[in-house]
Amino acid sequence: MINQELLILQFQQKDVQAYEKLYNAYCKSIAGVINTIVKNPEVTEEITQDVFLKAWNNAASYSPSKGRFFTWLLNIARNAAIDHTRSKNFKQSKQNQTTDFFVDILETHDDLNSSTNAIGLKDIVYKLGETCKSLIELLYFRGFTQVEASEELNMPLGTIKTKNKICVGQLRSILGL
Amino acid sequence: MNIKEYIASGILELYVAGSLSEKENEEVHDAIQKYPELMAEVIAIEKAIVLLTAATNQGDSYSFDAIKKKISNEPKVIPMQKPKKNFWTYSGWVAAFILGGVLVYTNFQNKQSTTMVAGEKQQLEEQIDRVKNSLSQTEKLLEIFRDKDIISVPLAGQNASPSSYAKVYWDKKTKNIYLDAKGLPTPPKGKVYQIWSLKVTPLTPTSLGTLDNFSADANKIFTIKNSNNSEAFGITLEPAGGSETPNLEQLYALGAVRS
Repeated sequence: MINQELLILQFQQKDVQAYEKLYNAYCKSIAGVINTIVKNPEVTEEITQDVFLKAWNNAASYSPSKGRFFTWLLNIARNAAIDHTRSKNFKQSKQNQTTDFFVDILETHDDLNSSTNAIGLKDIVYKLGETCKSLIELLYFRGFTQVEASEELNMPLGTIKTKNKICVGQLRSILGL
Repeated sequence: MNIKEYIASGILELYVAGSLSEKENEEVHDAIQKYPELMAEVIAIEKAIVLLTAATNQGDSYSFDAIKKKISNEPKVIPMQKPKKNFWTYSGWVAAFILGGVLVYTNFQNKQSTTMVAGEKQQLEEQIDRVKNSLSQTEKLLEIFRDKDIISVPLAGQNASPSSYAKVYWDKKTKNIYLDAKGLPTPPKGKVYQIWSLKVTPLTPTSLGTLDNFSADANKIFTIKNSNNSEAFGITLEPAGGSETPNLEQLYALGAVRS
């Protein structure tokens, strides 16, 4: 992980090679989050590119004391994707889309098992409880605050933190982490 | 600090999600720097989320090349760090010392070296000045983009250039638009981009002007006056000097203002 800190520092000094490594580590995750929000692989690619350009252009504004680098990227990505959903083009194209949760994308993702993950990420969908699916969706994919998540799920504010801990714990045990 | 309790509280999971307050983020950051166990925990949580989110990605071509192309041609920023400055002060002394020595040998060489050092120094000062300038410009832009009263209008690429894009930030109070045109290709010789404010029914374009200094502008952000009640913005490619009416066959980007 020292390596990662170094990469981030180099990236902030505008080192293209270092940025490529960070890009390769996170581009699929960032694209995944965007895709969960915009639900369109082509638009996703476009926004993903924008997000990584934006991150590059604002490299100096990142500071480790404000949070993880990945979390910083997540934030940029969610905002960009949500911005897009507010555009008129999106509202028109969205009408025949029904998927709501990242789990739907996982379920309908045909070549998921054939692609990269031997762990069988599809299993996540079946093994995670309903509340956990929603909670993970809201906190990680949508960037909800604890207050917002508690309102959305009708869950006492005080239990969000511990419930999420249990959910991420389930996810980790499925993934063997 | 009781590390077990800290982990059990679930705060680290929220840290990775980005849903803590600024103050809490700083506290967690300090704690994970101090306790390797906490750092390991954060890394494991992050890895789980990275894997999960990556699995929801349906695209397949995420080559870095496209990004590399766009970021490699911008001017390299010269880092302004203390050690560098020390080096330069030090090297100034060394240069002076060498110059003294050289002076003994030939007057000619002395003159040449002096101009060289002076030239380097001036270059360095200019570079620092440029960096400072662009930093304060960036800060000003950030301020503008974060203002909640500013409407942002994404302009999508059109038939003439589907891969183009641009974004307009419209400040109705000051009647200015800030056009981020970084996603437009450099216009061919003798052509300029012209910006249009559009009313939709009936379609009435009003020219907001041309981007004459497009290639020279480093950040490709242009401030343009707009006192129209715009319903959409468009960008066309026109002959130098601009046109009376837009050439719709050369429509590069278009976006509607959301109501």
